[in-house]
Amino acid sequence: MTESMTATAAVTEPAAGPTGRERAFGLIQRHGAAAVLVLLVAIGSFAFDRFPTGANLGNIAITSSFLAMVALGMTFVIITGGIDLSVGSVFALGGVLAAYAVRWGSLAALLLPLVVCGAFGLVQGLLIARVRLAPFIVTLAGLLGARGLLLSISGEGSTTYLIPHGALIARVGQGSVFGIGYPVYLTLALFVAGAVLLQRTRFGQCVYAIGGSEDAAELMGVPVTRTKVAVYVMSGLLAGLAGTLNAARLSSGVTILGTGMELDVIAAVVIGGTLLTGGAGSVSGTVAGVLLLGVIQNLINQIGDLSSSYQQVVSGAFLAAVVVVQTYLSRVQRLR
Amino acid sequence: MTDTAAVPVSRLDRGRLLAWLQDYGVYAAIAALVLVNIAITPRFLSLENLRTQLVQVAPVVIVSLGMALVIGTEGVDLSVGSVMALTAALIPLYLGYGVVPAVVAGLLGGVAVGLVNGSLVAFVGVQPIVATLALFVGGRGIALVVAGGQLKDIHDQTLLDLGSSSMLGVPLPVVVAVVLTVVVMAVVRRTTFGRRLVAIGGNRTASELSGLPVRRVLLLVYVMSGLLAAVAGTLATARLQASDPSSLGLLMELSAITAVVVGGTPLTGGRVRVLGTVAGALLIQLVRATLIKHDLADSVAQMVQAVIILAAVYAARGAGRR
Repeated sequence: MTESMTATAAVTEPAAGPTGRERAFGLIQRHGAAAVLVLLVAIGSFAFDRFPTGANLGNIAITSSFLAMVALGMTFVIITGGIDLSVGSVFALGGVLAAYAVRWGSLAALLLPLVVCGAFGLVQGLLIARVRLAPFIVTLAGLLGARGLLLSISGEGSTTYLIPHGALIARVGQGSVFGIGYPVYLTLALFVAGAVLLQRTRFGQCVYAIGGSEDAAELMGVPVTRTKVAVYVMSGLLAGLAGTLNAARLSSGVTILGTGMELDVIAAVVIGGTLLTGGAGSVSGTVAGVLLLGVIQNLINQIGDLSSSYQQVVSGAFLAAVVVVQTYLSRVQRLR
Repeated sequence: MTDTAAVPVSRLDRGRLLAWLQDYGVYAAIAALVLVNIAITPRFLSLENLRTQLVQVAPVVIVSLGMALVIGTEGVDLSVGSVMALTAALIPLYLGYGVVPAVVAGLLGGVAVGLVNGSLVAFVGVQPIVATLALFVGGRGIALVVAGGQLKDIHDQTLLDLGSSSMLGVPLPVVVAVVLTVVVMAVVRRTTFGRRLVAIGGNRTASELSGLPVRRVLLLVYVMSGLLAAVAGTLATARLQASDPSSLGLLMELSAITAVVVGGTPLTGGRVRVLGTVAGALLIQLVRATLIKHDLADSVAQMVQAVIILAAVYAARGAGRR
């Protein structure tokens, strides 16, 4: 069947590439990050004795899990064609709020950050979807606003609230089963839920439709405003949750965390094959993107005498390579 | 965006008000703040205070000029802070050969980053935000690798003079900022390049179809942004009396974007407001200085800045210029 299709395509549209090639491009776009990840892990396992140990892999998993949670929300936002620059500040805000609220118990330490960060996402979402301001600008203001809020809670960053070791939330952040921290399992569960939400529900289809063409989606009767508000609320909630768990793991609400995190998160999502133009992307790609950044960082640490600045160089170069390939691929696909 | 089709009369007036706010709001806000400060801040008009404020804002103004050009083409340049770091890292390496080679090397670093950004945007067709994100991440890494991750003190007196000497009583960084503002304004208003830049921002496809050298112009715009950021990095390094690639220019991209947007340049491109951009940078500096002088903390300053940004884009949107 494929061959007959190729033949007709060749007759009617000589300029178009064979379907096999196109499908290969599509595969690279969607699973390129995963393939490179497997390759890197294989190389790392051969080259460094200490790389493939359970402790080290568990370490990669736990350090990546917080970035991954934030990246999950960002994936939804980017697929709608938006962007959320506020996540780094909201992440830090979540951590500080959790450490602040732990005096009223662990439940409060979990709920307060979620409520505040969710509300933060709601305000941003309303400004973007209802008032129709540009997402880039609204969330840029959000970045400053959340950081300001955080500083005002923490006495201009001079007070670092601590989470006592006995607290339930500290045990959630620090505990582990089979050498893998609880936050990793939670992240996995969230990603499964996220994948189902994106691929198998009406809401997910709306997210894709809005990213593909907002006007067309509106005309088809997709609840554009509601869906867009929802993705920014999700992004705020996930960033707040990640910040909370990170604070629980560190036993304190560190105020300076999360600066520049938004760009790492965007990089991970883009490396995972989600297009910044919206309308295309996947949750599984984001997992691969986040892990890829984590593995690169870990491998550079393994090399030892290399300074950690090389990590930024490699990540930047990698990002550049990915976007060049992606742009090329999507252009080839558009030429069909 | 879509609700402009049937505008009732009352909304037209509001639209005109918002349009006025977009164009002149930033100047009005500066005037108001200056008056308030004269009333409540002791020694606000002292020469010393004015000098300090202007020297502090000079690098932001210079970077914002480049950012305004990029945003005029419907792009954005996130790498400016990393360019400043790279310049800071390169200067001490070549200081042994003299000040001129050192500064030239620093500026070339900015040009190189601009070339990479511009090529990605113009020739490969990558979205500006991702293209410049790569060097935002990588640029500072390169700077740290070049500098060995260390802060280096600078003792060369000629270079230090760049940051601290004055011309006719005006600090040199401020002179440089003023000169560059005039140059950029002339480029935007009086040259073919400026016309093309605005045209491309307004409608890239139409510009391509009408035969404009879109790619060349875009490349040049990003090179200019890199170069201007490098100038700012040089001045800031001279002012600091040290090369500090790990923290110089952090968050500069956000300050610059804020200045441009507050100054009335729409993010959708097609319009460059050079004086507005300078005013935007001054306004943010003024807000910060006012709040800090009156012991209102940095947190409040940041939140106020957020509100100003939102107000600026709201005015821009309401003006129907999208």
